[in-house]
Amino acid sequence: MMIAPIDTPVLSVRGLSIALDTRDGHAVPITQDVSFDIARGEVLALVGESGSGKSVTALALMQLLGANLKVARGEIALHTQDGFRADVAKLGARGKGIEAIRGARMGMIFQEPMSSFSPIHTIGQQIAEVVTVHEDVGRKAARARAAELLGKVGIPDPVGALDRYPSEFSGGMRQRAMIARALICGPSLLIADEPTTALDVTIQGQILELLRSLQRDLGMAILFITHDLGIVAQMADRVAVMYSGRIIESAPVRDIFRRPAHPYTRALLDAVPRLGDIDRGRRIRPIAGSVPNIFDVPPGCRFHPRCPVAVLPRCAELQPPRYASGRHEVECVHGEKVLA
Amino acid sequence: MISFLSRRLAYMAATLLLVSFASFVIIQAAPGDYAEIVAAKKAATGAIISAADVQAVRVELGLDKPWHEQYWRWLSGAVQGDFGFSWAWRRPVGEVIAERMPLTLAIAFSTLLFMYAVSIPIGIYSAVHRYSFGDHASSLIGYLGLAIPNFLLALVLMYLGQKYFGQSVGGLFSPEFANAPWSWARVKDFLAHLVIPVLVLGTAGTAYLIRSMRAAVLDELDKMYVLAAKASGLSPMQLLIRYPVRMALNPIAATLGWRLTYVISGAPIVGYVLALPDTGPLFLNALLNQDMYLAGALIFLYCLLTIIGTFVSDLLLVLLDPRIRLE
Repeated sequence: MMIAPIDTPVLSVRGLSIALDTRDGHAVPITQDVSFDIARGEVLALVGESGSGKSVTALALMQLLGANLKVARGEIALHTQDGFRADVAKLGARGKGIEAIRGARMGMIFQEPMSSFSPIHTIGQQIAEVVTVHEDVGRKAARARAAELLGKVGIPDPVGALDRYPSEFSGGMRQRAMIARALICGPSLLIADEPTTALDVTIQGQILELLRSLQRDLGMAILFITHDLGIVAQMADRVAVMYSGRIIESAPVRDIFRRPAHPYTRALLDAVPRLGDIDRGRRIRPIAGSVPNIFDVPPGCRFHPRCPVAVLPRCAELQPPRYASGRHEVECVHGEKVLA
Repeated sequence: MISFLSRRLAYMAATLLLVSFASFVIIQAAPGDYAEIVAAKKAATGAIISAADVQAVRVELGLDKPWHEQYWRWLSGAVQGDFGFSWAWRRPVGEVIAERMPLTLAIAFSTLLFMYAVSIPIGIYSAVHRYSFGDHASSLIGYLGLAIPNFLLALVLMYLGQKYFGQSVGGLFSPEFANAPWSWARVKDFLAHLVIPVLVLGTAGTAYLIRSMRAAVLDELDKMYVLAAKASGLSPMQLLIRYPVRMALNPIAATLGWRLTYVISGAPIVGYVLALPDTGPLFLNALLNQDMYLAGALIFLYCLLTIIGTFVSDLLLVLLDPRIRLE
């Protein structure tokens, strides 16, 4: 067996395209040619507006797409610390292959902690179940592990919490329990799909802090999906910006905030309110127009109808080239000039 | 839990009291009384009946007393297990019913068992394989089952049973077993005769339950927690049984009470058509003959079964759903 070099990414996504099968038999692309790497212990933020395809991408990584969505092309290479490797894109949505990965090598937490647990099973049952599904462990040992994890995510009286029902937990507590459930088998990658969006701000801060400290302790990688640039600044090592199903820019977090290269990224940053804006007379600038409908994607660069610096007719006709400078990549006709 | 149970038991007793009153009033509301029926029967044989004779029968049976007195006498007897005297059968009501109630219960519970055993798996299948051939086929058969009146289904099945299976028409026993003591052969004969009444009584309910199980599972399949459980690596079967199906059982259990009612109240007409020796035809005849103590006792027992059914379904819900328990 080949031992992977230490810098092999945990997850390497290449050319991932997800398509929606419509009732009349057409396949409408939802994402196109999505490529990114997540290094060991790295936090990659996938940023974009609603409808940009970031949640669909996250679901595809674990083959959890709905029945009418499918991975049309691309590679999802998973490479965990224990030497395990697999192309998730080839595994299909059913069977032992993908089931052994879900929950064990990749864990996932969702936006809605309120509905992520079954209301009629105890928290303990639902967390211990993950262990018994993946490992040859008795129920008692699984329960003990669940209690240990609940303690680790900061739930008071973890042993007592095992026998509580989700309705007895607050939103923040439930998200903590969800994190425990996702991490109990020690995955190499945690996919967090807007895990704090449904929580109020103080709880949001606590959960983010918890995720950060768990990530450092356990050395796992996180794919963090969000539309909140404040969270990006706080959590991410690297950022990939998605627009209308494509990753249009990716860079280390500092570069994204200091030298955004894509006009869309710049527009996103301009749309964020900052403390003291009113005193300085700065106004939030919303981005004109809206994300294109997936059934009616503009030709050429998908952002050109909203772009202040579009070069017409070129941007309306040709897919913009991809430029890279070090780890900063951008998909824009101005890319070369901006990155230089 | 204890307080829940005792509260429910108190409600049940109160409901029963109301029901007993209502059933008595309903029976009294019909025009005429048993004395007039006796008179009419005698007149039909050519005897000359005077108004005084009718009145004498009335006095003898206590029918001349005001209704609340009759009710009180009946109720105080019923509490002690004495349901009065059946005039038509010339035997105590308790005895007449005791002969037939076990068969009614056997038919009712077999029907319930049949309905749930058939509808739950088919409902799950239909939900998981939505819009498949099997789903459409079960819908079609289900709608037919709902639409065909019970008595018609009974006649058709009796015809088919006689023609293709050589089974004796109607009843719950073949002639040779009708008065034989219980034996293994008689049990088999009984079970074979049970098929038709169970099919007739259970088809509509089964169709209904398939629809509600299908809808309930479909509702659950789209829930976030199912996706979350899937993301923890459960196989499709583990996932289905542990979460959506388990959740979908709640609405099914909740309707158990009136499923039982439905089966029992549908039984008299079906029982009549199929000539079943259970309480169904007994009840119809008692109503026709104004045999009021027998009819009253039967209404009362049917209601008792309904109330017990509702109680059992409440109990099941409490066991199935912690959210109800926690309140």
